[in-house]
Amino acid sequence: MEPKANVATTRRRFLAVAGGAIGALGTAQFLTVRPAAATPASMAAAIREAIGEAQVRPGKVKLDLPPLVENGNTVPLTITVDSPMTAANHVRRVHIFNEKNPEPSIVTFHLGPRSGRASISTRIRLADTQSVVAIAELSDGSFWSDSVDVIVTIAACTEEAK
Amino acid sequence: MARVLINVPAKAARGHVIEIKTLISHPMETGYRPDHTGKLVPRDIINRFVCAYNGTEVFRADLHPAIAANPFISFYTVATESGVLTFTWTGDDGKSFVEKANITVA
Repeated sequence: MEPKANVATTRRRFLAVAGGAIGALGTAQFLTVRPAAATPASMAAAIREAIGEAQVRPGKVKLDLPPLVENGNTVPLTITVDSPMTAANHVRRVHIFNEKNPEPSIVTFHLGPRSGRASISTRIRLADTQSVVAIAELSDGSFWSDSVDVIVTIAACTEEAK
Repeated sequence: MARVLINVPAKAARGHVIEIKTLISHPMETGYRPDHTGKLVPRDIINRFVCAYNGTEVFRADLHPAIAANPFISFYTVATESGVLTFTWTGDDGKSFVEKANITVA
């Protein structure tokens, strides 16, 4: 019985130590912040700068991004807003922000009733695994948003130039 | 002159919504990349894209360095009348690239 109990203890201790090590590694990675990187706080500041103190509600906006991105240098992005796009009710602007690129703003699209359909596609850069936020400003002055979490395996923006 | 690709339907029915696809060859240098000597490559991006339909602006985009190289933008507009669509890309240095496409609306 004695040796068995010993094995169990060691194994338990081993697992505890290993788990702790992995946890510490994970934390270390999480705490590694690029010096020039935008943070959720700077994203919030950029959002405030772009739209003021307006209240943003989730809904109406659909942000399409692949959930897993192999190369952050070109990430296809499609933004669609549920709107009839008439003179009385249309999308004025769509802002797209990110958390961890060196700059929090990605792009702002200006639309109008002549757009016909509030749907735009482009390709963006993502420097890290992060969430991307889209905010649409409608002609009635309301703001709607959508957010997508993206896992990035090869980061963009800061690699060495050839 | 940068190389430009534009996809606009040659013909459209009046009032129909048409899709426009645009792409311009440009490095969109972010200003955050070091070169082999460790110095940062200065920023050089296209920061504005405008589409005008017979002179009236129908779509505009303010771009930041987070837009991928060779910026691709696709969007929609209503085919209102026959005429010319003018696409203008403006860079950080203030230089513009202009491209036009004709559309016949019946």
